[in-house]
Amino acid sequence: MSTQSSDFADVDDLYQEIILDHYRSPRNQEKLAESDLEAEGVNPFCGDEVAIHVKLTDGIVTAVSFKGIGCSISQASASILTDAIKGKTLNESEALYLHFRDMMYGRSSLDDSVDHLGEVEALAGVKKFPIRVKCALLAWTTLEDAIKKYASDEAVK
Amino acid sequence: MIDVNAIRKDFPILSRQVYGNPLIYLDNAATSQKPNSVIRALTEYYEGYNSNIHRGVHSLSMEATDRYEEARRKCANFIGSPSPEELILLRNTTEAINLVAQSWAQNNVGPGDEILTTHMEHHSNLVPWQKVVQDKGATLKFIPLTADHSLDLSDLDKLLTSRTKLVALNHMSNVLGSINPVKELGEAAHRVGARILIDGAQSVPHLKVDVKDLDCDFMAFSGHKMLAPTGIGALYVKQEILEGMEPFLRGGEMVRQVWDDHATWNDLPLRFEAGTPNIADTIAFGVAIDYLESIGMDNVREHEISITEYALNAFQELEEVKVFGPRDMNYRGGIISFYAGDVHPHDVGTMLDRKGIAIRTGHHCAMPLMNRLSVPATARASFYIYNTEEEVDMLVDTLKATLRYFTKA
Repeated sequence: MSTQSSDFADVDDLYQEIILDHYRSPRNQEKLAESDLEAEGVNPFCGDEVAIHVKLTDGIVTAVSFKGIGCSISQASASILTDAIKGKTLNESEALYLHFRDMMYGRSSLDDSVDHLGEVEALAGVKKFPIRVKCALLAWTTLEDAIKKYASDEAVK
Repeated sequence: MIDVNAIRKDFPILSRQVYGNPLIYLDNAATSQKPNSVIRALTEYYEGYNSNIHRGVHSLSMEATDRYEEARRKCANFIGSPSPEELILLRNTTEAINLVAQSWAQNNVGPGDEILTTHMEHHSNLVPWQKVVQDKGATLKFIPLTADHSLDLSDLDKLLTSRTKLVALNHMSNVLGSINPVKELGEAAHRVGARILIDGAQSVPHLKVDVKDLDCDFMAFSGHKMLAPTGIGALYVKQEILEGMEPFLRGGEMVRQVWDDHATWNDLPLRFEAGTPNIADTIAFGVAIDYLESIGMDNVREHEISITEYALNAFQELEEVKVFGPRDMNYRGGIISFYAGDVHPHDVGTMLDRKGIAIRTGHHCAMPLMNRLSVPATARASFYIYNTEEEVDMLVDTLKATLRYFTKA
């Protein structure tokens, strides 16, 4: 629950305390010495940038790092993502992405395999601010790119 | 001084609310609001004399033609053009610059030639030249910026050479608000036999511009930033240059006679206005110019100097906030770009919006300049004739509250 309060209409729905906390103290910033997946994402509309590195051990995400510049929503979302996919398989990470995307677009998700969103839930308020949805999605679409790239590299191996 | 309260009554949009707050519109460098008279001119045209212009013999067509050509005369007169024949009406500044790139530069810039521009251009005065130099094997050169982001003219003699065919730059930066010494640069360009194009998108709406006094070869500007509707702009071209230019778009209106295999061109400036033009918005453009002239451009400038100076002083209270652009109002228009330290411009924009304050955030179509300012984006407040000091106070108070909101641990 947000401990912030302000007289800015509805703004606390967007800037939940969890989001501001991740923005002020982003997690997993130290770049991994070695990684199995990586991708960079840019939002040309506003200049937000995110680079994500993922390390797998026996098919499970064991380490994630991100580096980026941009608004509080894009950077907090990236930070939340790095925590959220740790311990998950790539399939589970992708399912989380799809679930999150549906949430952002206000669609009910067909995938009921994601039952616990954890801190990702804090980003739900962003959907009330349509212009900022792409900020929240940037890290996630970057992760999706990394997963696709990894899958196609694996396929040719 | 101008009567801002009286002016505000002419702009219906200024009485609307955003999230329960009165609208504070500070995004004038993107587009201005429109007075009643301009909005009315559109309905009057569509309700009273809507028709196609120039070749009709019926009354409606003649009325519309008269009003359209009257708007061209007002527009030409407004920027001191020696004649209306040197003023081409088109969509906006971007289209105007592209016309010069295609119809003039493609035939006057050759291999090894140079085009000189600056690091503070809007993409619309950069990307067209990238294409020209690519096509022609020419080189694009840049006037660098000083540490305080004004043009560094110390090496101008080396930058301008006998290979320079064109100097293309803005009169007022859409990011920094800086007013550039275009007259001096025009003289320097002419000394080496180069032409000068001035992007007047930010200057023509806000200060007295005289193309004769500036002795510029091309001047491009947009109506929608100066009280007119979107979709109408203008390009001034010195007659001697215009005579030798290739048509831009080909089709109806721009021709005199057409045979199966060739055609001859219409008189100036219709040669450059193919197809049915934007009649309604052009007529309304004329009415917008009437409005500005009734206030007087010197008064517009005086008001903007006063409110911008007031805002720059108020911004000094915001220690975390870095303001870009020159401090001397002799070299600055009513644009303030700023960077609020730890708070990203998009977060600033969202917070201000919730208080009804409209500003612009992002790269302002000037990505190379953002790199040089070492920021990913800025927030920008820009003023016009209807803005008040009370609105500036609201902006500054809301910025303070925004900084507190994001930085409190």
